[in-house]
Amino acid sequence: MNNKLKTLVKGILDVSPLMIPVFPFGIIYGVIGMELGIGPYMTVGLSIIIFGGASQIVLLQLFSAGSSSLVILSSVGAVNSRHLLYGAVLSEYLSTMKLTWKIILSYVMVDQAFAVSNSYFKKNKKNKNKHYHLLGAGLTCWTIWQISTILGIFLGSVVPEELGLSFTISLTFLALLINDFRKFKNIIVMLVSGIVATIGFNFIPFQAYIIVSALSALTVATLLTLTEIKKK
Amino acid sequence: MNWSLIIYCGLITYLTRFSMIFLLKKDIFSSKIKKILSYVPAAIFPAIIFPPIFLDSTGSLDLENNHKIIASIFAIVVGYLSRNIIATIFAGLSSYWFLIFVV
Repeated sequence: MNNKLKTLVKGILDVSPLMIPVFPFGIIYGVIGMELGIGPYMTVGLSIIIFGGASQIVLLQLFSAGSSSLVILSSVGAVNSRHLLYGAVLSEYLSTMKLTWKIILSYVMVDQAFAVSNSYFKKNKKNKNKHYHLLGAGLTCWTIWQISTILGIFLGSVVPEELGLSFTISLTFLALLINDFRKFKNIIVMLVSGIVATIGFNFIPFQAYIIVSALSALTVATLLTLTEIKKK
Repeated sequence: MNWSLIIYCGLITYLTRFSMIFLLKKDIFSSKIKKILSYVPAAIFPAIIFPPIFLDSTGSLDLENNHKIIASIFAIVVGYLSRNIIATIFAGLSSYWFLIFVV
C-alpha cells in the first residue's frame, strides 16, 4: 500500500471510534429539521453547506424561536469561532500545502478530525503526505454526518432519548483529552474552560460561551507558560 | 428559513475553518506561542464537555444525584489507566446506563 493511501486509511481508522456518538446526533438533527418543517432538502442542505453539528442545531433552535437573520448569523459565527484556533494550530503543518488542498481540508476540519489529525501531525512531522490523514478523518466525519442526517429524516427518532445522547458527545471530547490529564497545567486549563462555560452557558449571548471559555482558558495557559519560562 | 440564510451561515462556518490555514505562513509563531497553542484542545473541549454534564435541561446547575458526573469520573479513571479512546467512551457510557437502568 503506498504512503498516501496508508495515511488516508490511518485517518479513517483513528477517527472511527469518535463516530459512535456522531451517528445518533446526526439522526436527532435530521428529526429536528423535519419537526420544524424545513423539509428534507433544506435539512440535508444544511448538513452539506454548513457541515457542523452544533451550529446546525443552534441555527434551527434560533429559527424556531423566530430570531432575526442577524442574530442567527452572529450565533453561528460565535459557535464556529473555535475553528479559528484549530486553523491556527494546524497552519503549522498545512501552510506549505497547495491552495486546492487548503480549500478542501478546511471544509472537513471539524472537531473530531482536528483532534485526531493534530495528534497524528505532532507525531509524524516528517510524513510528506500527512495531510491525507486529515482528509481521511474529515471525509469519514462528512460521510457519517450525511448518512445519519438522511436516516433521521426518513426513519424519525429511532434513538430513545433515555439513552442520554448529549452525554455521549461529552464523553467523546473527554476521551480526546485523556492524554492531557497527565499534566497538572493542562488540568488547570481544562477546569478554567469548563467552569467558565458552565457559568456562562446561561447568560453569554449568541451561544458564544465556547469561545469565551476557550479564550479565558488560553489566557491562563499563557500565564502558565510565561511563569514557566521565567523560572528557567 | 431560506436558502440565502443557509448559504451565509455556511460561508461564515467555512471562513472560520479556512482563514487561519490560508493566512498564516509557516514559522510565523514563536516557540512561546506554539506552546500556548498546544493548549487549544484543553481550552476548547471542556467548554463542550461541561455544560451538558453539569446543567439540566432547564440550564440550572445539577450536582445532586447526577449520574453523568459519576460516569464521567469513571471514564476519566479508565482513560487515565488505559490511554484508549474507545475504552474511555464505553466505560463512561456503560457506567451511565448501569446507573440509570440498573441501580
